[in-house]
Amino acid sequence: MAVVREITFAQALNEALDYEMSKDPKVVVMGEDVGLYGGIYGVTAGLYEKYGPERVRDTPIAESGFIGTAVGAAATGLLRPVVELMFIDFLGVAFDQLYNQAGKMRYMFGGKAKISMVLRTTCGAGFSAAAQHSQSLHALFSHVPGLKVVMPSTPYDAKGLLISSIEDDDPVIFIEHKGLYAIKGEVPEEPYSIPLGEADVKREGKEVTIVATAAMVHKSLEVAEKLEKEGISVEVVDPRSIVPLDVDTILNSIKKTGKLVVVDEGYPRASFASDIAALAVSKAFDSLKAPVKIVTPPATPVPFSPALESEWIPSAEKIEKAVREVL
Amino acid sequence: MPVEEIPKETLLWMYETMVRIRVHEERVAELFAQGKIPGFVHLYVGEEAVAVGVMANLRKEDYITSTHRGHGHYIAKGGDIKASMAELFGKKTGSGKGKGGSMHIADLDVGELGANGIVGGGIPHAVGAGLGIKLNGLDRVAVAFFGDGASNQQNFHEGINLAAIWKLPVVFVCENNQYQISLSYEKQQAIKSVAERGKAYGIPGVSVDGQDVLAVYEVAKEAIERARRGEGPTLIEAKTYRFRGHFEGDPQVYRSKEEVEWWKKNKDPIKLFEKKLLDKGIATKEELDAIWEKARKEIEEAVNFAEESPWPSKEEVVEDVFSTPTKGVLVWQW
Repeated sequence: MAVVREITFAQALNEALDYEMSKDPKVVVMGEDVGLYGGIYGVTAGLYEKYGPERVRDTPIAESGFIGTAVGAAATGLLRPVVELMFIDFLGVAFDQLYNQAGKMRYMFGGKAKISMVLRTTCGAGFSAAAQHSQSLHALFSHVPGLKVVMPSTPYDAKGLLISSIEDDDPVIFIEHKGLYAIKGEVPEEPYSIPLGEADVKREGKEVTIVATAAMVHKSLEVAEKLEKEGISVEVVDPRSIVPLDVDTILNSIKKTGKLVVVDEGYPRASFASDIAALAVSKAFDSLKAPVKIVTPPATPVPFSPALESEWIPSAEKIEKAVREVL
Repeated sequence: MPVEEIPKETLLWMYETMVRIRVHEERVAELFAQGKIPGFVHLYVGEEAVAVGVMANLRKEDYITSTHRGHGHYIAKGGDIKASMAELFGKKTGSGKGKGGSMHIADLDVGELGANGIVGGGIPHAVGAGLGIKLNGLDRVAVAFFGDGASNQQNFHEGINLAAIWKLPVVFVCENNQYQISLSYEKQQAIKSVAERGKAYGIPGVSVDGQDVLAVYEVAKEAIERARRGEGPTLIEAKTYRFRGHFEGDPQVYRSKEEVEWWKKNKDPIKLFEKKLLDKGIATKEELDAIWEKARKEIEEAVNFAEESPWPSKEEVVEDVFSTPTKGVLVWQW
């Protein structure tokens, strides 16, 4: 009998890590403050005590070095590293090891390399953490080939997707929105996996499709609930992984509703949102009954002041306005 | 190290391997000039003693990471020459099925974790191999090869520091060929030897004449045995010289012809070693000539294999990106 409790997003991730570490001695966790400290957001709490300093490794602030170490360890097949990059914003000092090394080795070596590793990192604004600790840079990872990119929005998805990601034989970038860590949801105690590339329709609707990621899923659901009271039926699709992308579920929803709003916290240009808009226009043009609306932040750095930041982040009001415009 | 202390079999392996690399690289230069090899190639001529002196101490299950100038490392580690030659040609039978080329040749079956087009990019991979070895309790080592230019890269500093604090079985071998493309060593760093940087990370740093294969062998032996004993990493600087340009076609405006000729005449690692083998009566001229003949035959067979191999098919463009298939679209095409 499955035991389902309410736990937080962070606890769900912790359970996935714990399960994988208990099952496979090759799984090691590495990163800044992941050991004794339990991770800056507590996601690795307790693992150091349970699995020891060899398998839960605190690293110096040397992101390229320790991410590259994970790449090399994975390439030998001797380990399946799960590395934590404290903020996705720190990507700049380590990107080469992901996009030129981890993501390309298999291809360059003619399919003979397996880079079984996960890079866990955090994204998201809303904490007055300013321009270098608040970004949502998933589009950069999906732009370059060879990386899988996962973005859960609920505790249930977080656990199942992290288990799948660790068991996957490719480099997976697993992006956790900071605003979601404390949210609670029903999560089975038993381990389970959610396949990558399978979108989840978080709310069924008939008139408008919203495709949203991570924290934006919750804002979109909030809007959908509000509009339902006015008799407006909104469907919310959460792709859950950006690479691979469940194109069929997204297109089927668009074909059903004929109207699309894409909501994403990434910057607006060359983005996940523009990608989905292009998908709709090129593959479901005949079904569209209104122009595609995109709700993202403006193309500016993330501002510090709460007065500015709340304007910068896509709000429920802006999402609602976009939905009303396509109706 | 006195030749008397090294088994004849090892000495002849070192000679033969240097010769195989030399013949390979000179043949590749010809093929490149004839337009048979696309892209660009960085050749290892003149630096053979470094790869060979180090690799003489390694076993098949040990790991190396290599560089854009990687053919020598690959050959010395026991990589399949037919597969690498076909790769240079861009053929389907290549080590990377024609998807990698010269700068991305790898042979994971012999622990060659890959050449690298990014300077310093492979250094942390050797650290990762070292971590895997340590956590699995294996009797193996990992060696990172890189150049003087890479020793200014973050991956050099971060990688060595990680290996040092975690006492990993990794040996860092800097092939200081004295030019970072055009910038000479003196203009890159204010120290006399890259080996001095070992001190900054609390590990031994040793500088060695990279043209003397026995000197490299001895220094590498000590470092590798130290790593195998669990005593942590060593930084080796092998002072060497590339006899050809940075890449084939390099106009080499940054150094004089006289300088290059001086090195070829006085510091050719193969000639120096050959003299030692003959003087000490370890091998006869005939035996050594036979080694050259065998190497030429081997390389010619590899060239024939490459030339006769088919091109990859168009469908292969989108293959080998990912290992684990998934639902949804993984390899996007509009």
